[in-house]
Amino acid sequence: MADHSEHIVSPKVYAAILAALLVGTVLTVEAAKINLGRWNIILALTIATIKMSLVILFFMHGKYSSRRTQLVIVAGFFWLAIMLGLTLQDYSTRHAEPSRSQINDPATTVFLRS
Amino acid sequence: MHRTGELFGQYRTLEQQKETASLGMWVFLVTEILFFGGVFLAYTINRHAFPTAFGIGGNMLDLNLGFANTIVLIASSFTMAMSVWSAQTSHKKLVPIFLILTLVLGSVFLGIKVVEYKQKFDHHLIPGHSFDISYCSKNPTACGLSGKALEDEKKEIEEGIQAEKGNPKDPDEGGLVALNAHAQLYFSLYFGMTGLHALHMIIGAGLLFWLILEARKGRFDANYNTPVDNIGLYWHFVDIVWIFLFPLLYLINRHLA
Repeated sequence: MADHSEHIVSPKVYAAILAALLVGTVLTVEAAKINLGRWNIILALTIATIKMSLVILFFMHGKYSSRRTQLVIVAGFFWLAIMLGLTLQDYSTRHAEPSRSQINDPATTVFLRS
Repeated sequence: MHRTGELFGQYRTLEQQKETASLGMWVFLVTEILFFGGVFLAYTINRHAFPTAFGIGGNMLDLNLGFANTIVLIASSFTMAMSVWSAQTSHKKLVPIFLILTLVLGSVFLGIKVVEYKQKFDHHLIPGHSFDISYCSKNPTACGLSGKALEDEKKEIEEGIQAEKGNPKDPDEGGLVALNAHAQLYFSLYFGMTGLHALHMIIGAGLLFWLILEARKGRFDANYNTPVDNIGLYWHFVDIVWIFLFPLLYLINRHLA
């Protein structure tokens, strides 16, 4: 493995990230007070995700980590996405009606009537 | 021998040794991501099933305290990052100072959390026998509610009762019974999620306490700072969990309040 010197993030960068996180917090509170319908939750989660990315990339040095460490970080969120994605697609489609093409399909009809 | 930062036999360079420690910490944090992920999933499914009760429950939380706690925790992440910087640049005197600041901010967070929990206890919002989501609208003086806030809360509870009456998932239960049942689900998740988060904070505070003792001996510098770095990673992770808890628990239906 190639020897590379440790990357030191300067206090200026940390201060900038702190400021961005504080701005994000104020933004998310103010945005929540406006009625945007279903976009409220999307906006709130988008801001939270941006804040999380800033913390991981700079406070946690994710941007300067080795490829191997970055792979582990990404893998963690990949498995999280599998857990959330597959479970939610199950819950969101449990009461779904079969489509017309499925009803007209003799095989499906037999299955539905059984 | 273990804590001086010399090269162990299985590594080729100190850099590789440090990277391995960091990688190991991240593997642990990935298990933590999935651990909290499961709880967030439970929250999402129940919120989707009972949007009205969850909205009302969310508006019962104290937004000012939640907002203050978010600021405090973000600030503590900054001081933690600064203690890592101090160690990396061999500012040995600064390391314990930033660590103490981090511990103080973490303690402030937990203190505010205690105030919030006490308030929920007083407002009959602890899931169980005495739970009553309409308690504050019925006993406004006990909750310090008056004027427009009281009117809004009464209106919100009434709308919630009406909405639950038409809930196809509970055709047999009407109004307040169903609303209370579903609001208890919200508060169970609230206490479960914030409680797990607070437990991580308490563990983090214990780790910081140990770090401060070590840092005061001047143990951490550019050559050796793995414990500061790894406990820092843990602390930032706990911050990230709160970054999601705050909007999900406190800000669900603020525009209706």
